[in-house]
Amino acid sequence: MSTTATPEPTLTPTGARPQRVQLVQRVQRQGALVVLVLLCVYASFQFDTFASGPNVRSIALQASFLAVIALGMTFVIFTGGIDLSVGSVFALGGVLAAWGSQHGTAVAVLLPLAVCGAIGLVQGLVIAKGGLAPFIVTLAGLLFARGLLLFISDEGATVYKVPAGSAFRGLAQNSLLGINYPIWIVIVLFLIGGLVLHRTSYGPTVLAIGGQEDAAQLMGLPVVRTKVLTYVASGLLAGLAGVLIASYTSSGVPIIGVGTELQAISAVVLGGTLLAGGAGTVFGTLVGVLLLQVIANVINQVGSLNSNWQDVVSGAILLGVVVLQRYLAGTTRR
Amino acid sequence: MAEQTVTPAAAAAPPAEPAPPARSRFRLDGAFFRDNGVYLALVVLVVVNLVITPHFATTGSLRLQLVQVAPIIVVSLGMALVIGTGGIDLSVGAVMAMTAAVIPLYLGYGFIGALLAGLVAGLVSGLLAGTVISRVRVQPIIATLAIMVGGRGIANIVGGEIKSIRNDGFRELGSGSVAGIPWVVLVAVVVIVAVWVLMTRTTFGRYLMAIGGNARAAELAGLPVARVLTTVYVLSGLLAALAGVLLVARNQASDPTRLGQLVELTAITAVVVGGTSLSGGQVRVLGTVAGALLMQLITFTLVAHDITNSVAQMVQAVIVVLAVYAQVGTRMRRRSRA
Repeated sequence: MSTTATPEPTLTPTGARPQRVQLVQRVQRQGALVVLVLLCVYASFQFDTFASGPNVRSIALQASFLAVIALGMTFVIFTGGIDLSVGSVFALGGVLAAWGSQHGTAVAVLLPLAVCGAIGLVQGLVIAKGGLAPFIVTLAGLLFARGLLLFISDEGATVYKVPAGSAFRGLAQNSLLGINYPIWIVIVLFLIGGLVLHRTSYGPTVLAIGGQEDAAQLMGLPVVRTKVLTYVASGLLAGLAGVLIASYTSSGVPIIGVGTELQAISAVVLGGTLLAGGAGTVFGTLVGVLLLQVIANVINQVGSLNSNWQDVVSGAILLGVVVLQRYLAGTTRR
Repeated sequence: MAEQTVTPAAAAAPPAEPAPPARSRFRLDGAFFRDNGVYLALVVLVVVNLVITPHFATTGSLRLQLVQVAPIIVVSLGMALVIGTGGIDLSVGAVMAMTAAVIPLYLGYGFIGALLAGLVAGLVSGLLAGTVISRVRVQPIIATLAIMVGGRGIANIVGGEIKSIRNDGFRELGSGSVAGIPWVVLVAVVVIVAVWVLMTRTTFGRYLMAIGGNARAAELAGLPVARVLTTVYVLSGLLAALAGVLLVARNQASDPTRLGQLVELTAITAVVVGGTSLSGGQVRVLGTVAGALLMQLITFTLVAHDITNSVAQMVQAVIVVLAVYAQVGTRMRRRSRA
């Protein structure tokens, strides 16, 4: 930061350090991208079907639901918070959308968004105004949303179907230029996310809160409003992902979304966002989501491994990445 | 420990320690309700049930309540220790599942062999969490979240589908009793006493609270912070595994997919409702037991009056938030008064 005077004496002893710091930061930011590229290269040599059009499309489509959720989680983690409710809210959104589709496409889209946004709003208010720890509030939110979803679906016994011929099915099943709508939606949402982060006052405020909340407060930044907005956005996006999955599967399955919060958090952290808050990128999250999806795809291709391995691998990856982050943070601090 | 709460721990502290001044004056304010609210709520709910729930006060009903709550108490006490250090352990449910998955594999070595194998699952998991948290300094919530998901996956891979357990030892532990007291309840009582002694009569307990109060200060004072933290997570893992053993014994079956789901939340609720602050520095052993009993009784009351499980879940969620809010609220008010 020193822009004035005495460049010579200070530079010499510390000369090696900025390079090292840069290297560490690059690993932190782009590590997931490198791993993703390497894994894709390996998988396309190892499995004939990996690089085929249908498989790539399936990976992108599968990733799109998680990507929508992870985008919301990214901003929550930027503020230094966490949202454990997204998995349940995602499932709730799906069930509400499937139920609502009986009353028209508008209801199928707006009802879940309204309910999930409201859950986000309540969580945000309790966290920002009440000063409660985000994890406990959203853990309660996880339980509440799951309870509400079971309540709607007769304790999980009823799976609502989207009526045949309903326009709502087209939302996730149709495609434009050979690319499914959900993938377009993800592209648009991430572009908006990037713009919000870099081109509005909200973005820096979010990062400032995550960096040091007290300081952000003292600087007169709208801490409460920004935090509430962030949790509302997270709820809305999780609900939207639910809408998309309901449209894609033409039904509201009550049991989905268990452990999705961990996948979303993993994607965000893999993408180089610091869990402590205050730093990270939106694009990195997208890379993180793709990396998780490619890993899942490769596990499927191996064949002898069942889907439970996905949980084990995501758990191990998350643990590995946070441990690495800590070590990297340790090297840059000095 | 800046705040002067009258915890059971403090009340039983050796006389060398001067009693906190708050004790001398009895005041019926927010702090009083925060510290004793759980006991009051428990009494009120028992009275309400005596009036509105038929057959509530029968031995069979009480026995069933206690047997059901025993594993929850065991997990919650481990959670209370972790929360006392200012941490959190989201992996307890997955640990229970791993225990359930391991037990059928080692039944060939008899009851003790399978029991020990189950406990080892908790030990290993707790050691991993504790090491990553205390040495590498990863946030507890993330480290244990990773183990929660990974552990559930391991449990499903190792254990697979639901298996029935045919073993005399497990049958006796699950449904037998001594002098009319079920083994399961007896185990819980032993754990309660052990944790209470640990927190009130040992240096370890003091260290634990010091670390939760201010980890940096504890470190500067030369306390073995990393070792104590690791031990706390190991204890939490072991207690969760023990709870898993109790549930497997009670069900006479091992179901790694479902066993212990959302238990972490129930345990956290019991601890918080029991008056232990999430910010650490204090562990209320008896409060936690009362918290677990209260949550069990709330669920029972709702279910006994034909209120569905889903609604019971929503009620529980609201109670969690209110309980934490009450704590944070009184602390803030007290700070502003001072």
